[in-house]
Amino acid sequence: MNKKIPIAFVVAALCVLIGGALVGVLAAIQYLEPTFLKETLPFNRLREIHVTSAISWIVLSATGGVYFYITKELGHQIFSGKLAVFHLILFILTGLGIYISIFTGNMGGREYLTFLPVLMIPILLGWIVFGVNYFKTLLANVKGWPVYLWMWGTGIVFMVFHLCEANLWIFDHFRMNFVRDLTVQWKSYGSFTGSWNMLVYGTAIFLMARIKKDENVARTKIAFFFYFLGLTNLMFGWAHHIYPVPSQAWIRYLAYAISMTEWLVLGYMLTNWIKSLSAKEKKENFFPYRLLVITDIWVFGNVLMAVLISIPAINHYSHGSHITVAHSMGTTIGINTPILLASATFMCSCINEMILEKMQKTLSYGLALFNISLIVFLASLIIAGSIKGQWMYSENSAFYSVLTEQIKPYIRYFLFAGIGVFVGVTIVAAPVLKFMTAKLREA
Amino acid sequence: MENQDRPILEVNTNLYRTILLVLVAVFLCYTYVVYTTKTETDIPQMTEEALRGQILWQENNCTACHQFYGLGGYLGPDLTNIISTENKGPQYVKAFLNSGIKVMPKFNFSEAEMEEIVAFLTYVDGTGYFPNKQARLKNTGWVELKYKKTRNE
Ligand code: HEC
Repeated sequence: MNKKIPIAFVVAALCVLIGGALVGVLAAIQYLEPTFLKETLPFNRLREIHVTSAISWIVLSATGGVYFYITKELGHQIFSGKLAVFHLILFILTGLGIYISIFTGNMGGREYLTFLPVLMIPILLGWIVFGVNYFKTLLANVKGWPVYLWMWGTGIVFMVFHLCEANLWIFDHFRMNFVRDLTVQWKSYGSFTGSWNMLVYGTAIFLMARIKKDENVARTKIAFFFYFLGLTNLMFGWAHHIYPVPSQAWIRYLAYAISMTEWLVLGYMLTNWIKSLSAKEKKENFFPYRLLVITDIWVFGNVLMAVLISIPAINHYSHGSHITVAHSMGTTIGINTPILLASATFMCSCINEMILEKMQKTLSYGLALFNISLIVFLASLIIAGSIKGQWMYSENSAFYSVLTEQIKPYIRYFLFAGIGVFVGVTIVAAPVLKFMTAKLREA
Repeated sequence: MENQDRPILEVNTNLYRTILLVLVAVFLCYTYVVYTTKTETDIPQMTEEALRGQILWQENNCTACHQFYGLGGYLGPDLTNIISTENKGPQYVKAFLNSGIKVMPKFNFSEAEMEEIVAFLTYVDGTGYFPNKQARLKNTGWVELKYKKTRNE
């Protein structure tokens, strides 16, 4: 396979990361000042550009990483280099198509996939091509797969499943029954987030194994236990997003029960930390490693919040409020993004061992700004969400402007913190982007 | 591999493959049931007009700002029960659509299109409540929803 393909995926990903974060800032300004940009780019387009960019960042950089690691790091000959090129071109063109569709207001899809529904076909095709290449490369060649290979494979398969399920609404059986339709729609989002988490967490485990030079990280029983736990949650836990929807109650009961298994993740993380306090681990200064260690703290905080809002009695107040946004942005920005930046910087260090040392200072500043801003960012959302949760069940609940006024100060903090997150991410991503673009240009 | 200080662990592929197969099989059966099961209560029949309203809803991406059952974007209010809310209802909705006041984009819907959107919103309103103010919180952490119509009625 052409060595530049994985790099091209990551370059595209870093571009949409920086662009998408900027659009996020614009959207937040509009949230606060409704007339801002209203005529040119109303919120129903701005939000979708932001969402599409965020998802594309995750998916493209994870994909680039997987291609890079199975070929360059694990040393396998890719099944078909041509298919990989096709995959890249298809995704770039479809990405452009999505942006054009949203910019021109030619939408028609569902939430998170609001673009023109036909664009789902090339996306689906791209994932099938990726799957063929992945499994054909690895199935015959590797015996006793470490857990990250399972996770990447699972991620690809469930992405294909998600893309099919998310489009079932075109059939009358679904769309003629709103409750069923909404249920299936959110079931498909369970596979969506679940599958990109498989790709991203698989990457995190791969990186840990590499950095610690200990393949067993990815081969222990406990690693597989958590893989299956994650998969079970992906399959049966999604209905915690739709507790208020009058679907069959057992679907929601089951989701409640399954979601509570995530306490195990918290317990495991805690015991591990306590252990590592006594065992003096050598402190790595390697940037990807530092990113992963910091991500652990974000994982803990976010899983804790996720478990709490999966309790229906708490969800009753948090659902439909900014607390849900804190959860989704907390995981995408606080967990997925640092892991994927760790992956991108790790790729840089594989290409040129010295490069991270040169960038060290810049990266550290960016990371610090990113983390501090993110704390304020999420705290503002949680406070705004708590206010909304109370308002929903108050006498004022028919008066939307009452709520808007109440949360305004927190949305302002959210905006300022959002600018901090954007600048922090850009300080980290820009030098990586510059380095990789230079590699792409090399003959 | 590089300098391993421990021997590489065996991965029990056969066991894991079996667990995976069982999980996938259960998931597929579950999926089938979710697709075909009835809803908790009898909900109204979606009309052709309401369906056209839903398409307009999607094409204009109202979801970016509005929610049904709390699901959607948060710039605007939840519209699940807008039709049955006191002092709101069809005329109120129609007045809102093309006005472009404040944050809402100014839409240019024809009278027929507005009727379709109202039909869709009326249909959604018939499926249940949000926020579910009469839900009962149990000490198991469960929330028992109040449903709009039950089969036994
Ligand atoms: C850019 C965001 C945005 C989009 C897109 C949008 N709305 Fe709105 N809408 C709002 C806001 C904000 C309000 C509340 C205005 C207020 O009360 O000050 C609102 C209010 C409403 C109301 C009145 C709600 C109430 O309880 O008073 C209705 C009905 C409505 N919108 C329908 C729609 C429909 C139908 C669409 C799609 C065709 C749509 N909106 C698209 C932002 C939006």
